[in-house]
Amino acid sequence: MDIRRKSEILVNRRRYLTNTGIGLGVAALANALAPKAAGFSPEESVHTDQSSGMHLPAKAKRVIFLFMAGAPSQVDLFDYKPDLSRLFKTELPPSVSMGQRVTAMTRGKTQLVMPSKFSFSRQGNSGIWMSELLPHLTAHADDLCLIHSMNTNAINHDPGKTSFCTGSEIPGKPSMGAWLSYGLGTMNRDLPDFVVLPSAFWSGKVNVQALYSRLWGSGFLPSKHQGTSFQAVGDPVLFLSNPAGVDPSVRRRMLDSLSELNHKHYAELGDPEIETTIAQQEMAFRMQTSVPDLVDISDESSETLEMYGPDIDKPGSYARNCLLARRMAERDVRFIQLFHRGWDHHSNLPDNLAGQCRDVDQPTAALLKDLKQRNLLQDTLVVFSGEFGRTVYGQGNLTTDNYGRDHHPRCFTAWLAGGGIKGGIQFGKTDDFCYNVVEDSVPVRDLHATMLHLLGIDYTRLTFPFQGLEQKLTGVEPTRIVREIIA
Amino acid sequence: MQMMHNYATFLLFSVFLCGPQRLWAQQVSFDRDIRPLLSNRCFACHGPDAEARKADLRLDRSGDEGGLIGNVITPGSTKDSELWRRITSTDESELMPPPDSHLKRLNAKELELIKSWIESGATYEGFWAFAPPVMPDNPIVADPSWSEHPIDLHVLHKLESVGRVPAEEADLRTLIRRVTFDLTGLPPTRAEIAQFLNEYQQTPDQAWEQLIDRLLTRPQFGEHVGRYWLDVVRFADSNGMHKDFYRNNVAYRDWVIRALNDNLGYDDFLRYQLAGDLYPNPTRDQLIASGFHRLHLIIDVGTALPEESFAKNVVDRVTSVGTAFLGMTVHCAQCHDHKFDPLTQEDFYSLAAFLNNIDAEPETISRSGPKMGLQPPFIHLATPEQQAQLESFQQGLTQLEGLKTLVGQAQADKELAALVNRLEQAREQLDDTIPKAMVMKERDEVRPTFVLYRGQYDSPGKQVSRNTPRFLPPLQKSGQVASRMDLANWFVDPSHPLTARVAVNRFWQQCFGVGLVKTSEDLGNQGEMPSHPQLLDYLAVSFVESGWNVKSLLKQIVMSKTYRQSSKATPEEFQADAENRWLARGPRYRFDAEMIRDQILATSGQLSEQMYGPSVKPPQPAGLWEAVSMMGERYQADSGEAVLRRSVYTFWKRSMPPPQMTILNAPLRDACVARRERTNTPAQALLLLNEPEYLKAARALALQVLANEADQRLDFIWETVTARLPDDQEKEVLGDLLQDLQQQYLANPALAIELCQNINLSGSELTEQSRAELAAWTVLGNVLYNLDITKTKD
Repeated sequence: MDIRRKSEILVNRRRYLTNTGIGLGVAALANALAPKAAGFSPEESVHTDQSSGMHLPAKAKRVIFLFMAGAPSQVDLFDYKPDLSRLFKTELPPSVSMGQRVTAMTRGKTQLVMPSKFSFSRQGNSGIWMSELLPHLTAHADDLCLIHSMNTNAINHDPGKTSFCTGSEIPGKPSMGAWLSYGLGTMNRDLPDFVVLPSAFWSGKVNVQALYSRLWGSGFLPSKHQGTSFQAVGDPVLFLSNPAGVDPSVRRRMLDSLSELNHKHYAELGDPEIETTIAQQEMAFRMQTSVPDLVDISDESSETLEMYGPDIDKPGSYARNCLLARRMAERDVRFIQLFHRGWDHHSNLPDNLAGQCRDVDQPTAALLKDLKQRNLLQDTLVVFSGEFGRTVYGQGNLTTDNYGRDHHPRCFTAWLAGGGIKGGIQFGKTDDFCYNVVEDSVPVRDLHATMLHLLGIDYTRLTFPFQGLEQKLTGVEPTRIVREIIA
Repeated sequence: MQMMHNYATFLLFSVFLCGPQRLWAQQVSFDRDIRPLLSNRCFACHGPDAEARKADLRLDRSGDEGGLIGNVITPGSTKDSELWRRITSTDESELMPPPDSHLKRLNAKELELIKSWIESGATYEGFWAFAPPVMPDNPIVADPSWSEHPIDLHVLHKLESVGRVPAEEADLRTLIRRVTFDLTGLPPTRAEIAQFLNEYQQTPDQAWEQLIDRLLTRPQFGEHVGRYWLDVVRFADSNGMHKDFYRNNVAYRDWVIRALNDNLGYDDFLRYQLAGDLYPNPTRDQLIASGFHRLHLIIDVGTALPEESFAKNVVDRVTSVGTAFLGMTVHCAQCHDHKFDPLTQEDFYSLAAFLNNIDAEPETISRSGPKMGLQPPFIHLATPEQQAQLESFQQGLTQLEGLKTLVGQAQADKELAALVNRLEQAREQLDDTIPKAMVMKERDEVRPTFVLYRGQYDSPGKQVSRNTPRFLPPLQKSGQVASRMDLANWFVDPSHPLTARVAVNRFWQQCFGVGLVKTSEDLGNQGEMPSHPQLLDYLAVSFVESGWNVKSLLKQIVMSKTYRQSSKATPEEFQADAENRWLARGPRYRFDAEMIRDQILATSGQLSEQMYGPSVKPPQPAGLWEAVSMMGERYQADSGEAVLRRSVYTFWKRSMPPPQMTILNAPLRDACVARRERTNTPAQALLLLNEPEYLKAARALALQVLANEADQRLDFIWETVTARLPDDQEKEVLGDLLQDLQQQYLANPALAIELCQNINLSGSELTEQSRAELAAWTVLGNVLYNLDITKTKD
C-alpha cells in the first residue's frame, strides 16, 4: 500500500467532512454504522452463517447463563421430597451419607434431616413440582428442563465455582464463555463475544461468597476470548468513556492522525501487528457508541420494564442485568453470564432464600418471556444453576421454621430452557433424602458437553494444546452428552 | 535412487511448505520429528503411565522392556513394522490411535516422516532434555565475517543451512531503546540517547558494551528482570481464595529485586528459595528467600477441611518448583503417572515429601484476616535502630517486673501494672512498624508422605520417602533423611539436564519474546523442541561455567549481532515467521503492561525512583473490588508519589488484579506462568486512549514540551516518547493535528478547562490561548502514547 496515497485519502476525507460542515460527530456516527470501513485483525473470524455450528448443526446460537453463586437449596426450590416432613430432626441414615466428605462447618456434628418449610405444587401442563418461592418462574414450567441429578466433586465455593465456570477446580483454565468465543468466533463486531454481568447487590446479606475474574478468564486461550465484565457503576466497559477534557470530536480528530501515523509506520516496518492495532483502535471508537447504546434502556416500553419488576430502575440489579442480557442476545453477544450472589444459606435459610428468590424470580421469568416474544428463546440457551447444592440435613438450631443447610456436591438441580432443550421435563432422580443421585447422573462436565453440543460443537474436538495436552473444557474424565433433554 | 528422490522431495517439502517450527528439518530426527508424534498420539496408552498402559507396550522406550525398536519397528522396513501397519490400517478395529480415543489421526505429512525414519534405519535417541547439556563446538559458517560470537555462529549456521542471511544491524536509536527496555524496563532518556550517540561516534567498537555495562548496574535492572520471576512464582499481595485477605509477601519481592541487582548467582538464587531456611545460621536474605514456599494460594479457616487445604498447598508448592526450576508439568503426576514424561505418581509424592514438612497452619485465620497480612512463621526485619529500641523496651519491662516483686502494696501494684501495660502497648506499636517476612520453617519431625490415590487428600496409598524423579540424576543425600537443601543442591549440580536450560531459555525469552524452546514452562516430551538445540546447550553450559552469572548471560545475549539485527521486514516475512523463530531479524513485539505504564510515567517526567516497600495502589475505576469481594471491600487508591511508582510495586489482589495490567495480558498470579501471551484487543485500545492517569501523564509531558522553543517542540516530544526524531511527514501530520486541536479547544473553552484543571504555567493563570495550546499538546501526547511503535519493542 502506498502510504502517501493512504494519507491523502485520510486527509481528504477529513477536509471533506470539515469543509462540508458535516462535522466530526457525523464522522463518528458514520464509523459506528459502518464497521467494515476499518480493517480487522486477519485472524478475526466472523461467522456470518449463524445456523451452522463448528462441527454439527447448532440448535442454539448463544447462551445466557444465570449463575447463582453460593449455591441455592435444591431441597427448598426444585427437588420435591414430600416424605421428608415425617423425618424432621431424625438422624440421616449412614447408609445414605456413606462417609461423604463434609465441610469444616458441619464436621463431627450429627446430621439431622431438615425438611423444607416451603410448599411445592405441580405447575403447567407438564406438572413439574416447584416451590412456592418462585411464583413467576412457575408460569414457564413448560419451557424448563429441570436436571435434578447434577453433581460435582467440589464441596467448597471457590473450587466449586471455578470448576463450574472453567471445567476444573485448579485455577488457570479457560471459562465456558472463553471456549465459545474461541470456538465459534464473533457474531457482532462492535461488542465483545462474552459479557459478564455481576449483580451489584442482593437480598441474602449473610455469607456472601467472593467472585474471581478467573471465573470469566481465558486461561491459556488468547485473552481476547476472556469475558468483559460490565460494571454497574461508572463505565459499563472499563475505560470506555473519553477522559475529562476529551470529547468525541477531539477523539475522532486525534484518531485520524493516529491512524495516519500508524499506517505510515506499517509501510516502513512491515509488521502486520500494526494493522491490528489500527483496527482495534477503530473498534474501540465504535464501542464508545455501541456499548452506551446497549445499556441505554430508555427505548424500552413501559410494559417491558414493568415485566422485569421493581428493581429494573436500579443499575446493577439482577433485574436490570436480565434486561441487558436480552438486549445483548438481540445484538448477538455469544455468551452472557449473570452472577447473582448471596445464596450461601448456612443459617436463616428461609428468610434469606425468600429474599434471594424475590431478587431473581420475576426478572428471570420476564427474561424468558421477553426472549420468547421476540423469537429469541428458540436459539438462545438459558441455564440457571449454582455451583453445587445444599444438604438435606440442617445446620444451626433446627426448628420447623428456621434452619440452615451446608454445601452438598452429590446432587443439585440446574434448569435449562430455550435453544434445543425439551421443555416441561425433569431429568435425573435423587434418593428420598435428596442426597444421592439414583438415576441419570449429570456431572458438571456432562452439562458442559451438552451445552457445547447444542451450540454445534463436538466437545471432544474443541481443544487447545497446553502443557502437553489437547485441553478441553470437559477435561479428561469420561463425559457424555445428555441427549435425553435435547428437543 | 527412488529413495534419494523421495528424500530430496521431502527436504524441499519441509523447507517450503511447513510452518517455521518444522523448518529446521533436514533429515528426519527421532528426537525432533518422531518422538513428538508418538508422545502426542501414543504415549497416553503406550507410555510412562503404568496404570493406563495397554498391551504392555511402551513407545517411550527403545528396544528393551516392550519398547519400540525390534518390537513394533523393524529398522529399514515399514512392511515388517507392526507400528506402521497399525497407523496406516484401514480396519477401524486395528487403526492407531483408535478412533474412540478422540486423538487426531496421523496425517499424510506425519506418516511420511515416520516412514522416512523407519526406512532410513529407525535411529533411536534418548529425549534431548533429559540428557545433560554438552558444550557444542562452534559451528563452521560460510560467512565468518558477520560475527565471531558463539550465539551468532549458531544462529547464522541455521540461517545458512536454508540459504538465508541475517538482517542488517538496527540503527543506533532503535538499539539503545531496545536494550534499555530489555535491561531496565524503561525507555532511554534524551540525554542517554545523546551520550550513546556521542560515544558511538568517538569509539564505535566500545560504545555498545559501555552502554550495556551502565544499564546492568542500574537499580532498575532488578526491578525489571525480577518482575519476570514474580510471574513464574505467582507473586501477589493476597491469599487468592475465599475472603482473599491481604498476604504480605513484600520482603520476598524486594529480595528478588536486590538479589538480581547484586547479581546473586542463579544457583544461590535457587538454593535460597528452595532451602534458605536450612543454612546453618541463615542470613536474613536466605530466610526471606525461603518465602518462595509461602507464595501459594491459601484459604482462610472454616471453609474447606484443614487436611484438604494442607494437601492443596503442598501440591501448589510442588507445582511451582516444577514450573520454576524443573520446567516440567510435574503436577500432571498428582493423580496418576505422567502420561508423556517418565515421571511417576510416586515421583510426584517423593518430591512433595520435601515440601510438606512446613511448620505452619494450612489456612489463615478468618474474620479480618491475619494481622499485617502475616501468617506464622515469619521473621522480624528490624533495622539496628529498631532492634535497639526493642531491646530497651524489653529491658524496661524486665526492670518493672523486678520492681513488682519488691513493692507489695496494692496501690503501687496497680500503678506498676498500668505502666507495664503502657510499655507493652508502645512496644507493640513499634513492632507494627517493623517489616516482617514470612518464611519456610521445617518441623522437627519429618511428616510421613503417602501417594494420594487419584490425588485425593483422604485416599492415602503407599508411603514414600523424599526423593527426586528416578529418570533424572540420583539425589545425593547429606544425611539419613534427604533434606530440602539436598534437593536444592541436586538442582544446581552441573550435570542436571534441566535447571540451566530452563533458566537460560527464560532469559532468552525476555530478550527475543519467544524462548529457544517456545514452551518455556515445559521442556518435557509434550513441550516444543528447541529451535536451536546447540545454541541452547551452549548458553546452558557457559551459564553454569560462569558461576550461574545472570548479568553476564544477559550481556552475552544483548552483545550478539543476532540481538542487534533490525526488525524491519516485509509483511510476508512477518507472516511466514510471526514469532521470529529463525532469528533472521531483530525482535519486534508489544511491551508488557508494566513496561507500557512505566514508559508513560517515565517519559512524562513523573516516574518515582523510590524502590522497595509495601505495595501501592494507583487509581483504578471504581467498584472493581466491591464487585467480586465477599466483604464489600473498596479499593482505596493512594495519592502523591505512591501512584507514580514502577508497576512492579503495584498492589496485586489475586481476585481482581489491576485492570491496567490484566487488560495487557498480565497473568492473574493465581498460577505459575513462565510466559505471557500477547494479544491486541479493543480493550487495550480503550485503556491506552482513555485511562485518566495516562492522560494526566500526557498533560505532564505537554507541560515539559511547552518549556521548549516553539521550533524544538515536535522534536522534543517525539524523541522523548519514541527515542527517535520525527521525519517531515510525521511533523506535518502532527503540525496539522496541533492546529486543528487548538482550534477545537479555542472554540470550546469549557472542554479545555476540563483538561487543564489545577494547572498553571510558571505561576500564572492560564489564558484561553495558553490553555488551548496545553490541551492540544496533551492530546498530541495521547496520540504518541497510542502509536503502535510506542507500545512495541523493535
